Amino acid sequence: MPDGAEPILDVSDLKTIFRTRDGEVHAVNNVSFSVAPGELVGVVGESGSGKSVTMMSLMGLLPSPPAEIVGGDIRFDNEDVRKMNPTRLRALRGGDIGFIFQDPMTSLNPVFTVGYQLIEPLRIHLGLSKKQARIRAAELLALVGIPDASKRLSDYPHQFSGGMRQRVMIAIALACDPKVLIADEPTTALDVTIQAQILELIKGLRQKLGMAIIWITHDLGVVAEIADRVLVMYGGQVVEHALVKDLFARPQHPYTRALLETLPRVDGAREERLRSIEGQPPNLSAHPSSCPFAPRCGHVHDRCRSENPARRMVSAGHDVACFWSPPNAG
Amino acid sequence: MLNYTIRRLMFAIPTLFVISFIIFAILDLSPGDPTGNLPLTIPPDVREKIRESLGLGQPFPIRYLKWCQQFFVNEPLNLIENWTGWTIGDGERLRVTSWSTRSPVVDLIAERMPQTLWVVGMSYVVAILIAIPIGVISAYRQYSLFDQIGTFVSMVGFSVPTFFTGLILIVVFSVNLGWLPSVYDTTHKVTDWSSFWVQVRQMAMPTMVLALATTAQLSRFMRASMLDNLNQDYVRTARAKGLRERSVVLIHVLRNSMIPVVTVIALGVPAIFGGAIITEQIFKVNGLGALLIIGIQGADIPLVQTLTFLFAVLIVFFNLIADLLYGILDPRIRYD
Repeated sequence: MPDGAEPILDVSDLKTIFRTRDGEVHAVNNVSFSVAPGELVGVVGESGSGKSVTMMSLMGLLPSPPAEIVGGDIRFDNEDVRKMNPTRLRALRGGDIGFIFQDPMTSLNPVFTVGYQLIEPLRIHLGLSKKQARIRAAELLALVGIPDASKRLSDYPHQFSGGMRQRVMIAIALACDPKVLIADEPTTALDVTIQAQILELIKGLRQKLGMAIIWITHDLGVVAEIADRVLVMYGGQVVEHALVKDLFARPQHPYTRALLETLPRVDGAREERLRSIEGQPPNLSAHPSSCPFAPRCGHVHDRCRSENPARRMVSAGHDVACFWSPPNAG
Repeated sequence: MLNYTIRRLMFAIPTLFVISFIIFAILDLSPGDPTGNLPLTIPPDVREKIRESLGLGQPFPIRYLKWCQQFFVNEPLNLIENWTGWTIGDGERLRVTSWSTRSPVVDLIAERMPQTLWVVGMSYVVAILIAIPIGVISAYRQYSLFDQIGTFVSMVGFSVPTFFTGLILIVVFSVNLGWLPSVYDTTHKVTDWSSFWVQVRQMAMPTMVLALATTAQLSRFMRASMLDNLNQDYVRTARAKGLRERSVVLIHVLRNSMIPVVTVIALGVPAIFGGAIITEQIFKVNGLGALLIIGIQGADIPLVQTLTFLFAVLIVFFNLIADLLYGILDPRIRYD
């Protein structure tokens, strides 16, 4: 979080397209962001805004074909990820960068024990012996708050509850002390009490282990609670980027403002209906030549339809991809 | 698991008795006369005497119970005597006897079993060894040239009957090229390398004909099962852990994909013992399939009854095996 710290992961102008039979889908368009060690960056946006695809493509986890990175620069610890050979890339995945996925019910292999799945990355990346790996695996399970850890290593995933399975996923992601942890909607499939437990767990682990975390979610409440900085994504691009308190205090982009308005408020009069954003997310069949949010935007003018706004600074550490400035800007 | 197995075996006993009764009843109701193939000069009253001597004069329930006694009591006792050299009782008891050859049916089956197991069993092994890699590669490289060729060959294997592929092979390899014998010599004994080579050559064509049909089926099954699993979330997790692509596919995906395929393979085993009636006829393999055909044509009811019942036993048994394998391979399934 400290300003000016060397970023551990630096992505600039990442462009990923899917070449399908029905034509190209431009899923990620000129996405740039960076994460410093110890920092927690939240990525928000509605379904299909390119949050997960961005993270998956920078790790080479998308099936290719159809997915292909056509431009941009990905640097991990000043090393060019796109130029890495497969061996180095595998060492990066699971070794330097850990992943947690959305659905813990299907993300673990049902026919192998939790211990086996946890030991696998330890043996590949750290070269531990079977015995050492088992000891370390039990430590990891205990770290993520699974009681009776060494016994539970020989249990199968179906013998764990959803929240416990997500803890196992977190243990796998943390197995080799990654420098970056990418959490792709890790609490979406869980109920709110378990969600709160997982959030507490991640907060604690972050302090203990000091790694950078990228937290993908569509839940602004979660972002407000844990993130340092926020990226708002829409139509495969970053439309706003700010420190979390700036974003909630002075949202710039009409989309961010609309998102915040959709949140029901605890204070004030109860509204008749929950607010929603009218319209559909854009069709990404071509590289955007206009603002992707223009069709749904209340402040749209002619320029928005002929030109895609670039990200511009509004204050230190706060930028937005929009021509319009809210009246209270400052 | 052991409790479950014992319970299933207990349930199998009444099932098999019902099956044996149904087979017996159907054979009894079917038209066909064991004396039908005898010369027409034999007068009717003599034919009637022959029928009575075969036991046909007795009422249906008595005949069924007698078969039961012969098959379930006398034959096992006889087997035990042969294996151990003991004599139980006076050693004289009525065995299930073929009407047309007058020799014990079990001996006939034991004579024919090796040919069938060699040819049909080998074709099954060959088919499994070919089908699994083909299925895995076809699924992993879906819609590639390899997959397209595999799909085409499978379609051919599925749709072209064995009596056609068998004859094509005979025309090509026996008649035109003269490489392989078209007739399987049952009396051939393997004693050294050269006679082993003769055995391999005479097995080659019937094995390949049968293997093509089985491979077609199994490889499609394997491919579908792999495709089901390749897009699962746990595969992405395995990749995100930094595993080699080979480990991802051959450990994580294959283990899951094998579950339904192993079941299909186990359920197919009884069919090996059943022989391949048509293929055995084409290549003159004197196996169980050929024996069954002869029995049916000659209205040799004890032979047909016993063979059919043995197939039923194998089917019930391998169903159990398939269920147990399922439980072993898939930890989510527990039989308690």
